Amino acid sequence: MPFLEWISQPWPWYVAGPLIGLVVPALLLVSGRPFGLSTSFEDMCAATLPAKPELLRRDWKQGSWRLSLVAGIALGGLLTALAIPNPEAEVAISAATRADLEGLGLTTFSGLAPTQIFSWESLGTVAGFVIIVLGGYMVGFGSRYASGCTSGHAIMGLANLQVPSLLAVLGFFAGGLTATWLILPALL
Amino acid sequence: MGAAEVGAEGRPGRETLWKFVLVGIFLGVVFTKAEVISWFRIQEMFRFQSFHMYGIIGSAVFVGAISILLIRRLEARTVYGDPIRLADKESRGRNYRYWIGGGLFGLGWGLLGACPGPIFALIGNGVTVLLVSLAAALVGTWSYGWLRPHLPHH
Repeated sequence: MPFLEWISQPWPWYVAGPLIGLVVPALLLVSGRPFGLSTSFEDMCAATLPAKPELLRRDWKQGSWRLSLVAGIALGGLLTALAIPNPEAEVAISAATRADLEGLGLTTFSGLAPTQIFSWESLGTVAGFVIIVLGGYMVGFGSRYASGCTSGHAIMGLANLQVPSLLAVLGFFAGGLTATWLILPALL
Repeated sequence: MGAAEVGAEGRPGRETLWKFVLVGIFLGVVFTKAEVISWFRIQEMFRFQSFHMYGIIGSAVFVGAISILLIRRLEARTVYGDPIRLADKESRGRNYRYWIGGGLFGLGWGLLGACPGPIFALIGNGVTVLLVSLAAALVGTWSYGWLRPHLPHH
């Protein structure tokens, strides 16, 4: 199988997980900095928003390395979509998940996220607004309240055996299970 | 984008930013190819119907932990020759900030199917409506900044 065709296939967990884990030593060795992405939200607020609370009154240029990192992530997504897109139209989720989501009324299964929810048109619907806008709001509010997100706590914090990070990850899962089992069924 | 001033939290002086862009591109590619940025995969995880996401998070933590152990044992230094110091996460009182903040983050993660890194990767993948989610996350960050003095943290 030609190389491009081969790496265009979805990558299994045992390839992707270790590669993500290697970002921890990579950042430490090239810069001495800990892995963590949600602080970039503070950098962006510090750089742009007026009337800043104390949390955001700092020199955003101190976070320019983080802003470069998240800009790179967007670029990596773009390059993947252009050069090595998934040859299949749908993400190969388990039959049980597909059946559950169909039971909730989901009809579109192509792409990385269902277009039925994630489109500009659906912003005007209750489900679209709650998922896209309130969901994004809580990701921002919660990650800064907990002082970290999936990268800073679930990966960096757990890898560094931090008990506070374990508490945060338990919180992440409690919230995610609530959203999945109680809120989404009422919305979709 | 050649260099920028970095201060207290990093190496003083001027530091190139390109290496961070490169690490970011690497992450963006892996996030996309492993489908961890897919709303469907996050639903599958929270429904306990596949090992995929647990395998990714678990093996990432494992590789990160071994790496940190080696860095400590070997007293490895950065490419600048500086010692590598890892700060402990603040632990105070009952640590409400991790429970409550983590729970609120999880609600957002479960609905949106994307945490901060994947939000950027999805925008790059052309799911442009996530720009609205990013803007909402910034409003969330800003409003947390205002409410912080009134919220329980410890």
